[in-house]
Amino acid sequence: MSWLTPTVIDTVIAVVQAIVILLAAVVSGALLSFVERRLLGWWQDRYGPNRVGPFGSLQLAADMLKMFFKEDWIPVFADRKIFTLAPVIAMASLLLSFMIIPITPGWGVADLNVGLLFFFAMAGVNVYAVLFAGYASANKYALLGALRASAQTLSYEVFMGLSLMGVVAMAGTFNMRDIVTAQADMWNIIPQFFGFCTFLIAGVAVTHRSPFDQPEAEQELSDGYHIEYSGMKWGMFFVGEYIGVVLISALIATLFFGGWTGPWLPPIVWFLLKTGFFIMLFVLFRAALPRPRYDRVMSFGWKFCLPLTLINLLVTGAVILLNAPATS
Amino acid sequence: MEYAFYIAAAVAVLSTLRVVTSINAVHALLYLIVSLIAVAMVFFALGAPFAGVLEIIVYAGAIMVLFVFVVMMLNLGQASVEQEKSWFNPRMWVGPSVMVAVMLIVMLVALFESPGTGMITGELIDAKMVGKALYGPYVLMVELASMLLLAGVITAYHLGRDDSMRPTREMNEPKQRLSHDHRGTR
Repeated sequence: MSWLTPTVIDTVIAVVQAIVILLAAVVSGALLSFVERRLLGWWQDRYGPNRVGPFGSLQLAADMLKMFFKEDWIPVFADRKIFTLAPVIAMASLLLSFMIIPITPGWGVADLNVGLLFFFAMAGVNVYAVLFAGYASANKYALLGALRASAQTLSYEVFMGLSLMGVVAMAGTFNMRDIVTAQADMWNIIPQFFGFCTFLIAGVAVTHRSPFDQPEAEQELSDGYHIEYSGMKWGMFFVGEYIGVVLISALIATLFFGGWTGPWLPPIVWFLLKTGFFIMLFVLFRAALPRPRYDRVMSFGWKFCLPLTLINLLVTGAVILLNAPATS
Repeated sequence: MEYAFYIAAAVAVLSTLRVVTSINAVHALLYLIVSLIAVAMVFFALGAPFAGVLEIIVYAGAIMVLFVFVVMMLNLGQASVEQEKSWFNPRMWVGPSVMVAVMLIVMLVALFESPGTGMITGELIDAKMVGKALYGPYVLMVELASMLLLAGVITAYHLGRDDSMRPTREMNEPKQRLSHDHRGTR
């Protein structure tokens, strides 16, 4: 067993961890479709899917069977290459972002020193999924949905970045693991409350979740940018959206609520509890809030959230400078 | 790291070539995005992850989205592809290509003649070092860029101003036009 050197063992452990995290992200994203429908039913005082299996728990299997056996149809007028590429970008860019999330002290895929910026880069690339889907479908509803989606995502990404700069300034690093350890005394939710509010809003908007689901508004656009998609390609958009929800929830838990830290319970339980709480919050938003008008969404982002994040950043910087020990 | 550099650089050059030779505008933009991501990869390989990530966020994530946006709005169909195909004949591109090739040869010779230290050292430049450099020796550049940005913001505000929000002008306008017409006929 001469090849079983410590480096080889470390590499194998890292690869296995990465695969487990990848599978967990995909499976939790897929399971969320069922969980969300049950919770929506519960909160809106109706049943939700409850026929397939005990309490409807096999609904996901039924949906997947349907999706796999549906005809994977590409419209004849579509741009085939880009039409196929769009759902791949939708799912891959968000899955890659899971790389930077530290799950427990020993678990996590990559410990990048530009960690948080990597997430912004992937969120930026994610816009192309919607744009290309809308363009390649050659359908006016898809085009309108894609235009709305890209405008909305671009505007909300601007202050999503700014809302997290307060957190970065307080920790003094973009590294996610260091941001978690910097919250040992106090979770960021208290000093960075406005940063948290704006990041939550931006996170909902960037994942196109209700109430910011303008791009796929059923009443006006009859599903928006993925109107021409069917079968597994549509499934990738669908799962991609839920992976986005899980990702944003995990990011909120890591950046504002101390990540894996917490008393009594083991770290992994704390991380899952916090992430699960924010996933529930996403579903509750969808259950409770109506969809605002498109121009209101845009002006809310630019005229309210962007100034708020700028002021938050300025105040955070001033407080850090005041508290910093005088140098030189 | 040198393998990563050479592979990323090769991808960047090939995809940029395809940007020029693509007939479909959206496909050309797609190759340009790939090229930008490859350049970001080169930055990573050279030990500047901050610059690499910013390259993706700013160029691939924001500027190229606007490019794709505009091309999508123009809705160029099969007709523009045919037009591009007719424009893309050797008579059009041979002349400029030969001249650029001459410059490439000159640059290559100059590069190989000069005794460079062309090795990747793997020295890591992180965000803090970039920030210190920006607000240290390059502070004038930062200030100038901020003025340019301010001018851009003011211009955008002026262009995007919503006139319907100001009721006084709306009420005055028809009256003025009427008196103006009067004067004209008289």
